[in-house]
Amino acid sequence: MATMNVLEAVRDAMRLEMRRDPNVFILGEDVGARGGVFLATNGFVAEFGEQRVIDTPLAESSIVGIALGAAVSGMRPIAEIQFGDFIWPAINQLVGEAARARYGTAGQRNASMVVRVPHGGGVRGGLYHSQSVEALLAHTPGLKVVAPSTPYDAKGLLISAIRDDDPVVFLEHKRTYRLVRGEAPEGYYTEPIGRAEIKRRGEDLTVITYGLMLHYTLQAAEQVSESEGIEAEVIDLRTLRPLDVDTVIESVRRTSKALIVQEDTPVASIGSEVAAVIADRAFFDLDGPVRRVTPPDFPPMPYSPLQEAEYMPSPNKISYAIRQLIDL
Amino acid sequence: MGKMNSTGRETQIASSAGPAGLPDGLDAAGVVEMYRTMILSRMLDERVWLMNRQGKAAIVASAQGHEAAQVASVRALDPSRDHFLIYYRQFTAMLALGVTPLELLCGFLAKSGEPMSEARQFPLHGSHPRVDLFSFSNVVGTQLPQAVGVALADRLRGDQGRVTIVYFGDGAASQGDCHEAMNFAGIHRLPVLFFCENNGYATSVPLQRQMAVESVAVRAAGYGFPGVSVDGRDMFAVYQATKDAADSIRAEGGPVLVEAKVDRLLPHTTDDDHTLYRSPDDIGQMRGRDPIDVTSRALRERRLMDEDGDKSIRQEARRLVIEATDRAEALPYPDAEAMYRHLYAE
Ligand SMILES: Cc1ncc(C[n+]2csc(CCOP(=O)(O)OP(=O)(O)O)c2C)c(N)n1
Ligand SMILES: [Mg+2]
Repeated sequence: MATMNVLEAVRDAMRLEMRRDPNVFILGEDVGARGGVFLATNGFVAEFGEQRVIDTPLAESSIVGIALGAAVSGMRPIAEIQFGDFIWPAINQLVGEAARARYGTAGQRNASMVVRVPHGGGVRGGLYHSQSVEALLAHTPGLKVVAPSTPYDAKGLLISAIRDDDPVVFLEHKRTYRLVRGEAPEGYYTEPIGRAEIKRRGEDLTVITYGLMLHYTLQAAEQVSESEGIEAEVIDLRTLRPLDVDTVIESVRRTSKALIVQEDTPVASIGSEVAAVIADRAFFDLDGPVRRVTPPDFPPMPYSPLQEAEYMPSPNKISYAIRQLIDL
Repeated sequence: MGKMNSTGRETQIASSAGPAGLPDGLDAAGVVEMYRTMILSRMLDERVWLMNRQGKAAIVASAQGHEAAQVASVRALDPSRDHFLIYYRQFTAMLALGVTPLELLCGFLAKSGEPMSEARQFPLHGSHPRVDLFSFSNVVGTQLPQAVGVALADRLRGDQGRVTIVYFGDGAASQGDCHEAMNFAGIHRLPVLFFCENNGYATSVPLQRQMAVESVAVRAAGYGFPGVSVDGRDMFAVYQATKDAADSIRAEGGPVLVEAKVDRLLPHTTDDDHTLYRSPDDIGQMRGRDPIDVTSRALRERRLMDEDGDKSIRQEARRLVIEATDRAEALPYPDAEAMYRHLYAE
């Protein structure tokens, strides 16, 4: 095992797959000589050449559209959208086209592509460098949406995503890039897409989360464990589509309480779906309401520091919600 | 023969004179075959329009008026190695590529055995098991960046000598995707042939309300590759321009934009009424230069076909259409449960 941060895990996964499979290539803004604005492709031009690490013009729709054309011709492109906030110009090629390429050809074409998307807030990014973009993407049949929170998962899931024959949106939380370090094997390994993971065992309630919020939730779980002896079970969804419903339901049946924590706004979100599934499949096992911790229903997110802190869920907000649910 | 020029200045192409007055690469038999495809297309097109009025075909976008441009552009390429990205009006091009009348009819009637999408999609959408073509979507212009990606895949694999031709309308030329695709193809000098079928209308909106310039072809200059404009009713002119473009692309000369000026003889689709926005004069004039008549006349003048030959081509086409119609009508619809397949790799 090596110790690495999430950014290094992402870089490692891409480098290994680029070495293994000549059909893998990268395209995006500043991914070449600059190595990406976050340095995810640092050193790639030197190793793989400009042909396979393509600096594109500033035009997101064509980044995804060109990736799609190459994918259905047998390649495995990795398209980088510089920030999640700039994915909207590409949304038609992604949601309208890539997601339906297989279905609309009755299985004749593989849209074997990955769209990597650094996203999320708490980085003083303001309204246009902080957005969570998962809800619409996870809503879309035909896409897979992955949102890892640890280096181990990021590397194993990204290798799986690159090898997947369907379009995978890979959401990398910007704040985890350098902040979150952990162990991950040096060489090749894969983690399965579509499988959640219980990251902390507990019997008093189930907290369901993903991305940066996994780390805040684990901190909150330790707080309530130390202060009140409340033991929270924490589920990291890891994949937002397809959702691992079984892991969630199995846990909620044991604990009888469910709290969902997300950085995205509440309406028509991942949390809405998880709550609906729990209401459907574990209703008679519940002994309290399904609660959510989310930001307020406002655009993400103010630049000014007190307002940004007000907006973002935090370990304290999460532990408060845990106590409330337990005390009900 | 007009030359490609890198300034993208519009170049007038006149039919050149090879043996028997035919452009290089075309022989008498080939020319008659092209005409045969045009006639088959026209008759099938008339039939499906009728079947819409009978309540059998939910929607039809007709290729009437586009036939010469489509058949000649396909003929100028090499379907055994080139990639075709079509759009919904590519009825004739598909026949020229070897898609059968029965397969097309299955698309219009949404019948079992439809090869492109198993009738999930509108007619002419999907991919084809025998022919290297696809059209994922109804959303105009989306095929342009995708075509650039197809050409990029060839480049990355070192697969040389293939052309990716992407068809689009004058309306689609206004989409941002068109700009993004041409810009990228120009920068990387990718082997893409942008083929615009300019029929002067995006549904009801005429060219003057779509662009401030005379032609789509002049825009190529802004992307650093040549653009040519041809009379799309003249099969020989379209063939020559497309062949020159393909030759130049195969010689690693980078992308070329070919614009064929055509008429859309019918309303935009079976759901449209073009008398709301076109004058009877306009419609009459357009009918007077129907590419079927233009081509028939040209072939007879060049003695490639006589009156009887024309008649027997039409008879044969009529027979094929009737036969295909009978077979398509007898086929069942796909099962309802079939809709649940192929969302993800199986
Ligand atoms: C993005 C988008 N907007 C609107 C439409 C509705 N629509 C379908 S075809 C069409 C006109 C297209 O005109 P053009 O590209 O010139 O092709 P033509 O039909 O004339 O061959 C419109 C507006 C669409 N399909 N896609
Ligand atoms: Mg038009």
